[in-house]
Amino acid sequence: MNLRREMKTFLRTVIGRAYPRVIGMRREKSWMLFEVLLPLLQVAAFVYIYQAIGAPPEFTGFVVLGGAMTAYWMNVLWSMASQLYWEKETGNLELYIIAPTSRMAILIGMAAGGIMTTTIRAVGVLTLGVLIFRVPMEVTDVPALVGVFLLTLVALYGLGMLLASLFLLWGRQAWHLANLLQEPVFLVSGFYFPVRALGFLVALGASIVPITLGLDAMRQLLFPQMMEGFRFLPVGTQLGALAVQAVVFLFLAHRALRYFEDRARREGRLTLRGL
Amino acid sequence: MQAREYSIETKDLTRVFRVKRREARGEKREITALDRADLAVERGELFGVLGPNGAGKTTLIKILATLLSPTSGTARVAGVDVVANPWEVRRHIGMVSGGESSGYGLLTVEENLWMFSQFYGMRGADVRKRIKELLEVVGLADGAKTKIYHLSTGMRQKMNFARGFLTDPEILFLDEPTIGLDVQTARTLRAYIRKWMDDHPDRTILLTTHYMYEADELCDRVAIIDQGKVLACDTPAALKRDLQEEAVFRLKVEGDLDPEKLLRGIAGVHRFTHAARDGHAQLDLILADENVLLPVLSGIQGTGGRLVSLEKRAPTLEDVFIRLVGHGLNEGGDAGGASEPAP
Repeated sequence: MNLRREMKTFLRTVIGRAYPRVIGMRREKSWMLFEVLLPLLQVAAFVYIYQAIGAPPEFTGFVVLGGAMTAYWMNVLWSMASQLYWEKETGNLELYIIAPTSRMAILIGMAAGGIMTTTIRAVGVLTLGVLIFRVPMEVTDVPALVGVFLLTLVALYGLGMLLASLFLLWGRQAWHLANLLQEPVFLVSGFYFPVRALGFLVALGASIVPITLGLDAMRQLLFPQMMEGFRFLPVGTQLGALAVQAVVFLFLAHRALRYFEDRARREGRLTLRGL
Repeated sequence: MQAREYSIETKDLTRVFRVKRREARGEKREITALDRADLAVERGELFGVLGPNGAGKTTLIKILATLLSPTSGTARVAGVDVVANPWEVRRHIGMVSGGESSGYGLLTVEENLWMFSQFYGMRGADVRKRIKELLEVVGLADGAKTKIYHLSTGMRQKMNFARGFLTDPEILFLDEPTIGLDVQTARTLRAYIRKWMDDHPDRTILLTTHYMYEADELCDRVAIIDQGKVLACDTPAALKRDLQEEAVFRLKVEGDLDPEKLLRGIAGVHRFTHAARDGHAQLDLILADENVLLPVLSGIQGTGGRLVSLEKRAPTLEDVFIRLVGHGLNEGGDAGGASEPAP
């Protein structure tokens, strides 16, 4: 009976925490400008550079796909990793902590809400990008493409949950870390070009961020001919690596959350209020 | 014989914070926020913790609510050790803090309340009914569909208050729940606290406040706390009874007066505080007996002061606090007490 009750509470917590994200997007329409049109401008800059140097049209596809995936990385950094910092600032964190529910359920709720809203943004960027820049795509293996995409998201948000637990302890310093991670990851993960261009070792190092593998695999599945010369790892290998990352990051997030919560409680860092 | 079961029990509870010193880079100094606090709150009690800002009230609640670990000593809530098993403690508790800004601005009041209820696994139909009831109680029924970034501070606090009671917790921590609220709202919330306790005799509330009126009106027992130490713990009546043999006076005086100089030398002045009020000096005196008043009045006359009014008062919790600590609830020296909502 207890297990059933706990499962129900877990599920309700996930839905409850996902709700503000989903409803928030509906109520604040300005996201369309900031989250779709502005990223599209950045995509356009790279597209025109490629066009100016006479690169094959598939390169436009690389950029548009990378531009769409940018939304997920931003969401993971600013709405997952640093979220608990904001929750502490507003006083929500202490209410989460004293609630008799799983912290993982709260993070999964955040992730689920984030994935739903970010997917709409990403689809917006992708659709507009494909239409405006006439991207030639050749989908070779739909199940593999869907699998890579989903595994990338699970692994990526698992990483976000892991980073979120660090914020329980480090607060503002970790916020700086998120700031530091933003642009370098755009570069080393190959958001606007195939990551293999950076060399195998750099690409291997950058693979700690799941989006590196996910992007490369998706490009191979969407632009198979052009990616022949830029392939970092076979799609099967990348699928396997993403699956491992998903499990490892989620497991580590679960452990880290418990560890950092205990430590933050001992050090008095779970709340902001005075004596 | 079986040991007595308490809803809340602390033994030698101590919390020391290490904070960076501004003047010495890298060095840390220690602040004892809670100093060997012993408390025992029985099931069904509305227990008050009264003390000035910085006395350690919030630290106590944070420890009991599993948000902070004690440096030493033990705390048990619902019979469960808060350090050894915080997860189990959380099944029994709820908390409302004064001035908190929790919730999400884009959600309406009822959506925010619904969201928090989901963390307790509450069913949809039950939640909706309970939210409706509570919003009516706190006078926020008309604002149920208002997004919370449109709410005033007072309305937001009403919502937080409703959130605390939403799950009908077995033990509820109220940390300065009426702070910053207008008189009418504070009165409404206090009335609901009392009613909730009457309707749920098996529930327990631990309420911290620096409003004496609140502690006096609401609490079955009160612990007076200052600088982390529990100085006294009893019913408000019993605490005040200890002052029955003394005489408590409030004087309003015009003129240039140095109360320290005037009163320090008079035998039988046990405690005094002074504050400027409406252009007068207000003196609150705890005297050994009525006879000590004469030399006090002579002293005032002797310094050229003019007595505007004199009132012999029944002792209040403020007087109890002054008797124990030597100053009022506001800070050291200047008494007057915290500006509390009128009854």
